[in-house]
Amino acid sequence: MVNDVNFRPWEDPEAAPLIDIANVTKRFGAFTAIHDLSLKIYPREFFAILGPSGCGKTTLMRMLGGFDEPTSGSINLEGEDLTGTSPAKRPVNMMFQSYALFPHLTVQDNIAFGLKREKMPKGEIAERVEQMLGLVQLQDFAARKPHQLSGGQRQRVALARALAKRPKLLLLDEPLGALDKKLREATQFELMGIQEQLGCTFVIVTHDQEEAMTVSSRIAVMKQGEIAQVAPPEQIYEAPASRYVADFIGDVNIIEGHVSAGGESRMSLSWREGEPELVVETGIGLPRGETAWLSLRPEKVSIATTRPETDNALQGKVLDIAYLGNVSTYHVELANGQVVKAQETNAGRSGNRGITWDDQVWVGWSAEAGVVLTS
Amino acid sequence: MKPNRLLMAIPYIWLLVLFLAPFGIVIKMSLSDLAVSIPPYTPQLDISEGWAGLRALFANLDFENYAWLADDPLYINAFTSSLIIAAVSTLLTLLVAYPLAYAMACAPRRWRGLLVMLVILPFWTSFLIRVYAWIGILKSEGLLNQLLLSVGVISEPLVILNTTTAVYIGIVYSYLPFMVLPIYAALEKMDGSLLEAAEDLGASRLSAFWLVTFPLSLPGVLAGCFLVFIPALGEFVIPDLLGGSNTLMIGKTLYVEFFSNLDWPVASAVAVVLLAILIVPIFLFQRQQQKVSEQ
Amino acid sequence: MTGRFSWFNATSVALGFAFLYIPILILIIFSFNESKLVTVWGGFSTKWYGELLQNEAYLNAAWVTLRIAFVTATVATALGTIAAMMLVRSGRFRGRTLFTGMVYAPLVMPEVITGLSLLLLFISIGMDRGMLTITLAHITFCMCFASVVISSRLVTFDSSLEEAAEDLGASPLDAFLSVTLPNILPAIAAAWLLTFTLSLDDFVIASFTSGPGATTLPMKIYSSVRLGVTPEVNALSTILIGLVATGVIVASLIGKRAERITEAT
Repeated sequence: MVNDVNFRPWEDPEAAPLIDIANVTKRFGAFTAIHDLSLKIYPREFFAILGPSGCGKTTLMRMLGGFDEPTSGSINLEGEDLTGTSPAKRPVNMMFQSYALFPHLTVQDNIAFGLKREKMPKGEIAERVEQMLGLVQLQDFAARKPHQLSGGQRQRVALARALAKRPKLLLLDEPLGALDKKLREATQFELMGIQEQLGCTFVIVTHDQEEAMTVSSRIAVMKQGEIAQVAPPEQIYEAPASRYVADFIGDVNIIEGHVSAGGESRMSLSWREGEPELVVETGIGLPRGETAWLSLRPEKVSIATTRPETDNALQGKVLDIAYLGNVSTYHVELANGQVVKAQETNAGRSGNRGITWDDQVWVGWSAEAGVVLTS
Repeated sequence: MKPNRLLMAIPYIWLLVLFLAPFGIVIKMSLSDLAVSIPPYTPQLDISEGWAGLRALFANLDFENYAWLADDPLYINAFTSSLIIAAVSTLLTLLVAYPLAYAMACAPRRWRGLLVMLVILPFWTSFLIRVYAWIGILKSEGLLNQLLLSVGVISEPLVILNTTTAVYIGIVYSYLPFMVLPIYAALEKMDGSLLEAAEDLGASRLSAFWLVTFPLSLPGVLAGCFLVFIPALGEFVIPDLLGGSNTLMIGKTLYVEFFSNLDWPVASAVAVVLLAILIVPIFLFQRQQQKVSEQ
Repeated sequence: MTGRFSWFNATSVALGFAFLYIPILILIIFSFNESKLVTVWGGFSTKWYGELLQNEAYLNAAWVTLRIAFVTATVATALGTIAAMMLVRSGRFRGRTLFTGMVYAPLVMPEVITGLSLLLLFISIGMDRGMLTITLAHITFCMCFASVVISSRLVTFDSSLEEAAEDLGASPLDAFLSVTLPNILPAIAAAWLLTFTLSLDDFVIASFTSGPGATTLPMKIYSSVRLGVTPEVNALSTILIGLVATGVIVASLIGKRAERITEAT
């Protein structure tokens, strides 16, 4: 679904959401964890909730699972209010961050746990367990106890157990946090494959922006109990709604300035005495004199020893070079102290572009490269 | 998970009825008068008289027994000597326990479980028996004197049994595990690289111990001291069996007052005063436990 | 803390354990003494064991004590488990501070106070003193020890396991029985053994709360000991120490196995 460009139910006013979170507030004593939050999640979405620790994302997920109740507001699933329904009675299952595998039960008994509570006939349970084991490729480990499994295998058992009951919604709480980077990347694709195969709705909570970008159809970026932006990954990255979102996802240059000449599509931003004004292509018209921030991704800034033919070009001195293998990031200090990061792909093997520390260089970018933000 | 409320209420009610309520009765008893009857005290609540009975009950309560305690130097001496004995033996227990706990924490990991079990094991065997074991060792014709006489350190048997020294030995011996285990627990979870860092920064081993290890083990030391001091203050068996008639301790006084003199009101007053003295350390102990468990 | 096991450490351990174990060893050795004098060795003999087994008073007291200890351990462990669940899993509830206080206070409360207060309670409600009152008294303080032992295991037990069980459709009671209980079983067994020994061992509280006809073993030992050291008591002590040591070693082996499984998880 995620790969299907036509899968955009959130743009369809007719589409019925699977989950409708309406004006939910959650307080713990004097602390407000979630503040008046509304959100719709559609069937077959792979939805990511992203934010730093303490932003309320785990609380939001626990309310979906039924482990916490909203202080006010309601959560509907397919139009039915979930408030007051215990976790046991919700068609929602959760994959816990700690996996929460029952240490005294074998892999197959862990997977069968929920099915047995449903009083499913024995034969069907065995069949379903077999099917789930196949789904996560653990057929040979059915009789093992959790402590006899590797981290990656445990993660897959937890996934199989949570999916065994065919929930309408699967919640994944930092599902890959305990895995090393290589395994995590492989598992991300596996998760996407499984989600597509089952056609089930996934909600993943993570603080790892790369993970959210990779797997999800839409991302909700959270900040202090509120949603800062909900959008598909490319939109979050290329058109962040605020400095907070721009800064949270990926690397960014933020340049503060004032609108000096406005226009419907093209405008100028004066940002520092004695520096040329910046030209920006933007979809929004802003009044003259308004404070605005230019958000500019480093890979859209080029670096050269001579003045480039771009809409914007500024001169500065190389302060630092971070060589990352595939790319190099140059930190260029402009005459007035502002540092601009420019990223170049290391297409050749030498990596050396003839630019080194303290060199006088030009950085440049086109008018369409950046986004103007007002908050 | 929200546990079943009704089921959950059982231990709560049990403790209210069999732990908290009895204290109320002790307090009431301590305000009553001794009588030559069974049970040996007045006034008693006469339920058939209703309100009047209750009023009569309260009218007859007074602080006589407390005045008695304050006047009689026997009780005051018993309280002060209990406090001194409990404090000194807590300190002695700490001095014996700390090196042992420290050594256990330094021991290779595979030994530690065994060492901890060896410290706990005596605690599981009868308290009475462990105290009893010392009688045979400490009495004048006992094994310790036999040994010392045969080696020639002393020429006459030492009188240890039925002295305060024997009580100290008994308390240190009986309560040692309560001191060793919390200190060991505090030291064991200490990060070894802290000491290496201290030494790397120029501290000698000894000063690294004083500046890093000891302060970090303080919660354990404190817990251990509470666990020894509080029960030792009201100890009965040890002063009775090892201290003889020469040792005055409040637990023993209470026991004698109750069982030999049958003066229940005075025994209750003694219990109330003892409890009043213990409330502060018990409260501190609980606060400290809570702090440790919250970390 | 690891490493650096020095000579000083070795000496501390050796002296510490000598102090802890020599009195017990002497007690055991002299239980096999031929002589009636407990402090003079008169040759090897098991005759005191024979005499002990003939002594009806000791045997009766032992039987009374064992019955009390069995009932106490069973009830106290059950109540202690509930109390531990309340302490660890219930979050905030009305009277929590009072409850916590009532669970922890008996652990350090001088026995004379507990004994006296319970006796006065039993008298004031007109209850005849005997095995029942001793058992009630023992359950009261033993349940606190049990709940401390069990709650220390519950604290380390990942509460998301219970949530996972509920998430998969289990009722709270079902989640407790099918997930929590199997995992805290070693702690429950340890609590049972501990409370059993505590009850077996208690002298002060039992002597306050007992009545005519209910003499426990510690009470019997105490009255013999007051009259002086006797080889029979040594023999009895040796048997008790042997039983307890076996029990503790078995329990710790069970506990170790459980620990290995948890650590690996």
